[in-house]
Amino acid sequence: MLLTCDKVTFGYENKAVISDISLQVDEGEYLCIVGENGAGKSTLLKGILGLIKPMSGNIVFGDQVKNASIGYLPQQTDAQKEFPATVMEVVLSGCLKQKGFISFYNKKDKETALANMRKLGVDHLKKASFRNLSGGQQQRVLIARALCATDKLLVLDEPVTGLDPTGTTELYEVLRNLNEVYGTAIIMVSHDVRGSLPEVKRVLHISFDRVFYGTAKEYRESAFGKQFLGGAQE
Amino acid sequence: MISIFQEMLSYPFLVRAFIVGVLVSLCASLLGVSLVLKRYSMIGDGLSHVSFGALSVAMALGVAPLKLSLPVVTIVAVILLRIGKGRMKSDAAIAVISSGSLGIGVIVTSLTTGMTVDVCGYMFGSLLAMSKEDVVLSIALSIIVIVIFIICYNRLFAVTFDESFAKASGVKVAVYNMLLAILTAVTIVLGMRMMGAMLISSLIIFPALTSMRLFGSFKAVIVSSAVISLICFFIGIICSFQYSTPTGASIVGVNLIVLFLAVIVEKIRKGRLA
Repeated sequence: MLLTCDKVTFGYENKAVISDISLQVDEGEYLCIVGENGAGKSTLLKGILGLIKPMSGNIVFGDQVKNASIGYLPQQTDAQKEFPATVMEVVLSGCLKQKGFISFYNKKDKETALANMRKLGVDHLKKASFRNLSGGQQQRVLIARALCATDKLLVLDEPVTGLDPTGTTELYEVLRNLNEVYGTAIIMVSHDVRGSLPEVKRVLHISFDRVFYGTAKEYRESAFGKQFLGGAQE
Repeated sequence: MISIFQEMLSYPFLVRAFIVGVLVSLCASLLGVSLVLKRYSMIGDGLSHVSFGALSVAMALGVAPLKLSLPVVTIVAVILLRIGKGRMKSDAAIAVISSGSLGIGVIVTSLTTGMTVDVCGYMFGSLLAMSKEDVVLSIALSIIVIVIFIICYNRLFAVTFDESFAKASGVKVAVYNMLLAILTAVTIVLGMRMMGAMLISSLIIFPALTSMRLFGSFKAVIVSSAVISLICFFIGIICSFQYSTPTGASIVGVNLIVLFLAVIVEKIRKGRLA
């Protein structure tokens, strides 16, 4: 077990955004969180990352994942698109977690960074400037950075948003590889329900009034899933 | 060129201006890269106006200018960061604070000493401004700024590049933003006498912008920013001495030319790639 949420409620200023969410993430899990805008997907993600405290309920992390070691892929900001930094510099910044106030990188950090770049097939780009990469390459570099923090559990916020179809397909392939070959558990918030459904093992659908939590197959067959998928098709 | 330089070094006030100028240029250019990338450039500009207000009040009260403006500007820097998160849009907040303190400064000055040559010096920079005490304080503070920057370099990079990721990594983002604002405040106060309140922010913004056009790695941008800043400072101060132009304005002029050259270089490179 990597992570268990037991009836947790998250919100801001005493106003609950999502309530009574229960889920469990084991090794090798691949969970997709979907739902309408404003239903609280990002809030849940922040809670899992420990950026906000639950108003009620418990989040328990397994021994392999202490609170401080989740690999996180945030949504990209505009500033990053023109940011002058090499791929190596970006990936290395994932190693900061274990550092104290004086934060210089050692040889081991550099080896970790390189190994993770190799996993994602971006090691040949290590001296390239981040801003000159394609959207898909940028996402892979940022996933390599997240892996420097941990290779047990990745949390991805809208990883395929803004990517072209090829980039999207490639990114799903990379994630599948990480999940199947390296056993990295993945929690992903996505708008691309139809694209991600064949990839993932489990789905958490948060709506304003109800919640679905089950395997991808169950989701596809549920009235809930049919409605959402059908609705998305129009 | 060398003979001009030697002549300049024979004046003690110019030696003082040189020492402080070099250190302030270094601090400003190092911090500038993060500030520009974080879209905080306007904070630097706002703070310089605040330091003009503080300086005018200090003069009217007969207090040593640095001793009053240093705490005032630091506090305002912290307030500006706080406001940025609140209801008031941060660019509007900066405009209010900056024009407000400029207004207060001008009122206080005209009621006491009147608009004199000195005031012109505060606004556009003067080589004569640095006293011996100022120099010692400036050297100490700039060295502190540079050392803190180097120690926190990797964290500052992380916070500049991606706040969300840094936060999730357990980096105290708010603390580092605050640190950045305070270091900037100190740098601005130190550099203001020489560069002038209207122009000090250019010392922060220009070298960073120029370097970002030329280099694709963060480290290279930082180093180049420091080097460009120093070169522009030297050329600017020599011009200022030769042609009796205000120091700050001369340095800004040189920076502007260098930025223009960098834009041309970038255009040529892009043309070749495409």
